[in-house]
Amino acid sequence: MRPVLLIDFGSTYTKVTAVDLDGELILGTATSLTTASTDIGIGLEAAVARLEEKTGRLDYVSRRACSSAAGGLGMMVSGLVPELTAQAAKEAALGAGARIRRIFSYELSRRDLAEIEAEPPDIFLLTGGTDGGNRDCIIGNAGKLAGLTCRFPLILAGNRSAVDECENLLADFPLTVCPNVMPRLGQLNIEPVQKEIRSLFLSHIVGARGLTRTQELLSGILMPTPSAILSAMNLLSRGTSGEEGLGDLLAVDVGGATTDVYSIGSGQPDEANIIVKGLEEPLAKRTVEGDIGVRHSIPGIVEEAGLERLACDSGLEAGQIEDLIHGLSVGRPLQEGQEDLLCRLDHALAAAAVEAATRRHAGKLEEVYTPMGLTWMQTGKNLRLFRQLILTGGALVHASHPLDIARRALYDDSFPRSLRPYQVEVFLDKGYILSAMGVLAESEPDKALRIIKKELTGLGPCGRRPGQE
Amino acid sequence: MGQSNGKKLVIGVIGADVHAVGIRILEYAFRDAGFDVTNLGVMVSQEEFIGAAVETGADAIVVSSLYGHGELDCRGLREKCDEAGLSDILLYVGGNIVVGKQDFNDVEKRFLDMGFDRAFPPGTTPEEAIDWLTRDLGVH
Repeated sequence: MRPVLLIDFGSTYTKVTAVDLDGELILGTATSLTTASTDIGIGLEAAVARLEEKTGRLDYVSRRACSSAAGGLGMMVSGLVPELTAQAAKEAALGAGARIRRIFSYELSRRDLAEIEAEPPDIFLLTGGTDGGNRDCIIGNAGKLAGLTCRFPLILAGNRSAVDECENLLADFPLTVCPNVMPRLGQLNIEPVQKEIRSLFLSHIVGARGLTRTQELLSGILMPTPSAILSAMNLLSRGTSGEEGLGDLLAVDVGGATTDVYSIGSGQPDEANIIVKGLEEPLAKRTVEGDIGVRHSIPGIVEEAGLERLACDSGLEAGQIEDLIHGLSVGRPLQEGQEDLLCRLDHALAAAAVEAATRRHAGKLEEVYTPMGLTWMQTGKNLRLFRQLILTGGALVHASHPLDIARRALYDDSFPRSLRPYQVEVFLDKGYILSAMGVLAESEPDKALRIIKKELTGLGPCGRRPGQE
Repeated sequence: MGQSNGKKLVIGVIGADVHAVGIRILEYAFRDAGFDVTNLGVMVSQEEFIGAAVETGADAIVVSSLYGHGELDCRGLREKCDEAGLSDILLYVGGNIVVGKQDFNDVEKRFLDMGFDRAFPPGTTPEEAIDWLTRDLGVH
């Protein structure tokens, strides 16, 4: 037996997973409260103690972790045009597992600078201009950032013709220069920046989060948790040279405060008369909906879905829903008989969260009448032919009818222009293993992939192609 | 490809126009003449032209229109360029930019009034456009 300890420092819980590399199986999992404000190692030790109550004492060959504790990786990014370099910078940061605190476009204003100074980001990503294109914006912004009194890790990834000037201006920042996130118009080049974000997370951020002592206990690889999940999804989709993947897939992670959506696949049009518009899409794409979550972000769900829809999905009266939501927001203990009502509300909230978040993630079609006939314009990713759907996150893992919720991630006649999957196989991450497997995948991709395949619970097919019975 | 002259062009077919061939020919011809070309392809909106010109630091926007609705599609482009800080940018338009057989002098005047620097009638060769671009952009 070669046991490995995989750790996920969450904002609330620290979760540990012990994996046997020889048997390629999960030996056990346990959780404990995260102790980020004191010493994060205390919560970890408690979790490991609980784990070893089940598994017995284990002699780990390595310990690896991902973390979203203490606010995760808070980034600010800036670009020139919102739909172009600012969007490319956003994709880069999201795909690296960051929590985006702010996206700036065009020149930074005094107000923007005050905001940065008031609470500096963990990392700032400065972009703007294609290679050989606009130089003024990025150079101007570099000069303005240099005028701040605070310093923070900064990644420069804009117009290469402006790199020298920017480097001079930013000489006293912890600065890394990466290739342009958009070297040519519409072309996305975000992997080098993402690699850099990960390495900065390890070298700069982890220390500042009181994780340093714990880091000594680890054999390495500390990455932001969303980055680990994206990595696991990428592995499951693409496979390795030795183990086949499942192909294009969509994954939804509904949490209390946010809902994350991941899609792996090119998302090209599936019909000949569709013209693609806008910035190139990343093969592995992550979006985060900060206003959609089933506890802290209920108001966002209500605004998106409407009380009537929630009432319809839960079978409750609008008044009952309002009362329950109010109770949750003030932390009122449940009264007798309310457990069942809350369970029904939770189902409706999770379903609405999945619908809203996948609609925002998926590409859209727009019909255009031309003298040559009807033509379609696609922006974003086309997920219609994606055949796999993965559900994770507490609200989905504990749901009573997960397939009903899964259906809300799919193509819907009410929103025919939203390019969501027609028909999928649904898998549930019952054991919460995805982040752990993303961490393991860094060193043991084949083993991680086989464990994911073994551990995900298949719920069967869901959805249909339009016109099919 | 010709030796680069350092001048940057953004080109594309405006509006709901799907004529894809001519714009490719222009792309190759302009590139061959030494221009740095960003070809946005077909069905390009005014906003796309402007966003592309801002990011690439373009010296000129060359708008193509072949389906007769050019006048509607091009209206307001100069004003939007001004708003976007592209006040010095050169604007060209060419193709079958209006419906029917109209006197091109009238058509040209209407497009110049709209703020275009040059408007080209059907049948203009790429060489003529290159000639004008070279002159207007001061390429030596």
